[in-house]
Amino acid sequence: MFRKSLRGGVHPTAHKALSNTSPIRRFPLPQRLHISMQQHLGTPATPVVRVGDQVLKGQLIGASQGHISAPVHAPTSGRITAIAEHTAPHPSGLPVLVVTLECDGRDQWQDTLVVADPYKLAPEEVCVRVGAAGIVGLGGATFPAAVKLGLSLKTGVDTLILNGGECEPYLTCDDRLMRESATDVIQGALLMQHAVQARQVFIGIEDNKPEALQIMQTAAAGTGIEVRAVPSRYPMGSEKQLVQQLTGKELPAMSRAADSGLLVHNVATARAVYQAIVEGRPLISRVVTLSGGAVTHPGNWEVPLGTLASELMNHASGFDVTPARLIMGGPMMGIQLPNLHVPIIKGTSGILALTSEEIQQKQPEPCVRCATCVRSCPMGLQPLEMAAAIRSGNVKAAASLGLHDCVGCGACSYICPSSIPLVHLFNYAKGELAAQTRARQKMENTRVLAQRREERLERQAREREALMAARRAEAARKAAAQAAEEQAS
Amino acid sequence: MLMSVLPLTLLGATLGFLLGVASRVLKVERSNVAEEIEQLLPGTQCGQCGNPSCGAAAEAAAAGQLPATFCPPGGRAVAEAIAEKLGIPLNLSGVCDEGPKVAWVDETLCIGCTRCYKVCPTDAILGAAKHLHVVFAEACTACGKCEDVCPTECIRLEPVKPTLQTWTWSQPALLS
Amino acid sequence: MSDYLLLLVSTALVNNVILIKFLGLCPLMGVSTKMDGALGMGLATTFVLTLAAAASWMLENWLLQPMGLEYLRILSFILVIATVVQFTEMLIRKMSPPLYQILGIYLPLITTNCAVLGVALLNVQDGHSFIQSLMFGFGSAMGFTLVLVLFAGLRERLAVLQVPALYQGAPIAFIVAGLLSVAFMGFAGLA
Repeated sequence: MFRKSLRGGVHPTAHKALSNTSPIRRFPLPQRLHISMQQHLGTPATPVVRVGDQVLKGQLIGASQGHISAPVHAPTSGRITAIAEHTAPHPSGLPVLVVTLECDGRDQWQDTLVVADPYKLAPEEVCVRVGAAGIVGLGGATFPAAVKLGLSLKTGVDTLILNGGECEPYLTCDDRLMRESATDVIQGALLMQHAVQARQVFIGIEDNKPEALQIMQTAAAGTGIEVRAVPSRYPMGSEKQLVQQLTGKELPAMSRAADSGLLVHNVATARAVYQAIVEGRPLISRVVTLSGGAVTHPGNWEVPLGTLASELMNHASGFDVTPARLIMGGPMMGIQLPNLHVPIIKGTSGILALTSEEIQQKQPEPCVRCATCVRSCPMGLQPLEMAAAIRSGNVKAAASLGLHDCVGCGACSYICPSSIPLVHLFNYAKGELAAQTRARQKMENTRVLAQRREERLERQAREREALMAARRAEAARKAAAQAAEEQAS
Repeated sequence: MLMSVLPLTLLGATLGFLLGVASRVLKVERSNVAEEIEQLLPGTQCGQCGNPSCGAAAEAAAAGQLPATFCPPGGRAVAEAIAEKLGIPLNLSGVCDEGPKVAWVDETLCIGCTRCYKVCPTDAILGAAKHLHVVFAEACTACGKCEDVCPTECIRLEPVKPTLQTWTWSQPALLS
Repeated sequence: MSDYLLLLVSTALVNNVILIKFLGLCPLMGVSTKMDGALGMGLATTFVLTLAAAASWMLENWLLQPMGLEYLRILSFILVIATVVQFTEMLIRKMSPPLYQILGIYLPLITTNCAVLGVALLNVQDGHSFIQSLMFGFGSAMGFTLVLVLFAGLRERLAVLQVPALYQGAPIAFIVAGLLSVAFMGFAGLA
């Protein structure tokens, strides 16, 4: 079949061998866990425990709020010692509400809900359980998985795609996970297929992970799931690119995969779904890649959520040299951390400590209009034109050039010979547009409120008038009656 | 002499007459630009621009007497919309945009006089006599009317602190 | 018929009023910062030019020449052009207030746009018939609009580029106008 070849993309040095050779190790329980109430995209969870409470492993400690949100569970048993603000693992460095849990070391589970045959559950029930387990997209976007599943069940999904691309350099957590827990991932995929009633399931794995590919193909044999190799090119692990590679469909601009009858989930999310449904285990830990040139012993660790990144680093490895940059996530799309004193959250796929040789930071220079960014853009946009418009203060012009379709993959910034921070410019412009939208909405609200107030004031004036008139009439009637009485007497 | 003056006079008179007729036919009523601008304004009649009402301000702006940035509560969004509507250049340099603000009540100073919530154009203040007043941040437009009437100066405008939900990237410093 | 078409093309491209004859440079620099404004200006000028070409032909052939008043030509032409511009201004104000705002002072200044008077005078000089005058006026106006829009497109792009401080604003605009003029000389081969 003729497939349109993918446009754009770059080939950054993978550096995967640093961390993909040794198996995933289990991180021992630290003394304290700092569990963020915002580990997902959407509204933060609200704590449902109080300081001093004893909690068991897997117990709900943060309830989801509103439509797009996810609950948070205790990663181990222990006592709540504080509910306070703590620096969030976020580029802003703003504080977030954090529940501090002092571990008692017993690691005692609460009663879990184990299902004998999960395929007898109604699809809706699977979605509800996935939501209750606090599962979010573990690829890094952290969108609540249940919301995605529920919507897909409603709109109807033809194909479920599992994303084993892991195109970000350095990261190998999905690679190791697929090698070591292939059956869990496959089981999770089948459960998700059941949850959304999809006709077929594809798993896409970049061809630079031959071991994972082979193990997954063996595990998937006979289940009807098709495991396919996809070419290694950044950003193959992006939803739109993977969909195009596997199905040949190019998603239309400004649309999501669900609009085309597709659902994409990360392989780690599939495993979390398996654990939640079959073992009754909520999302309380994840595999984190520890890597980078400054790290002495790179590797993958299964870490309880809420562990401080600094504790993980100290325990696991330490530094060879002072790192020039600390990153949570991958080097292309991850966030730069000011220090490691931040908790691991559900979206933390890696903690990278890079040396100055690795980051090669240069001063931005003027654009030479070489258009390398245009060729590298996987979405077919013109980064240089958008950047020029944004720099001259015309964010709207950038939006009309397709800024909304930018996935922020960073291929253009990576390839730019003038080291222009293109993605930073686009993030800034997207934020600006979002702020404008918020301002517009507020203005609409204000107009309605002002109008209501005017109506209210008018109504009150009318009522007062009516009341006064009634009183006057009453007084006049009384006076008349009195006069009549006087006359009669 | 007469032969040159006369035709020119006649020509001028004829053309002048035609123009007069045209100006009658093409007379512009109250410009609907003013109405369109009024639609863009918050409609809180806060009076910060120096006009008694949003309608009057819109009239003045349509007549070109006000710069596009005349509406302080509207902020940048409104200024940009007005500049676009009128086709005039927008000069934001004169405006120091301190970012969004919201009214905030100092609990130790509020005496519950109810003056502020009576003047609030969006009913964003809740309170009762002799009771502490509170501000609904979502409804507050930072028009500053409450600040003016407060007898104890306990209500004032404070910049809105960004949260994880509203935080946005700042503009990168680049060579210009 | 083909004569008229030839006249139209030659006036619009080969003998372009702005870039070859260098008439009407004021609006070229003044209202070419935005595409909408440039297009509006071009259309307004088209209206004025065509109407003025017709009116001046009538004036010349029915009044000035029969009465031997050729020495009043420029004076009376300006009178007619000013009237047409005033009329156009009223029309635009009524029909498109935003365009009226965008064009601003440049709208009444069409009166002093030398392209308009130039075309009227060239009509007389070349001894064009009425239809030819009309074609000549319309063709020139089309050429004017084309250049204005082209130039506005270029300037919109120039506005977002990093131009060295020395050349920012008018200097780079003049350089671009010069290059555009050189490019239009290529149409000379058409004639």
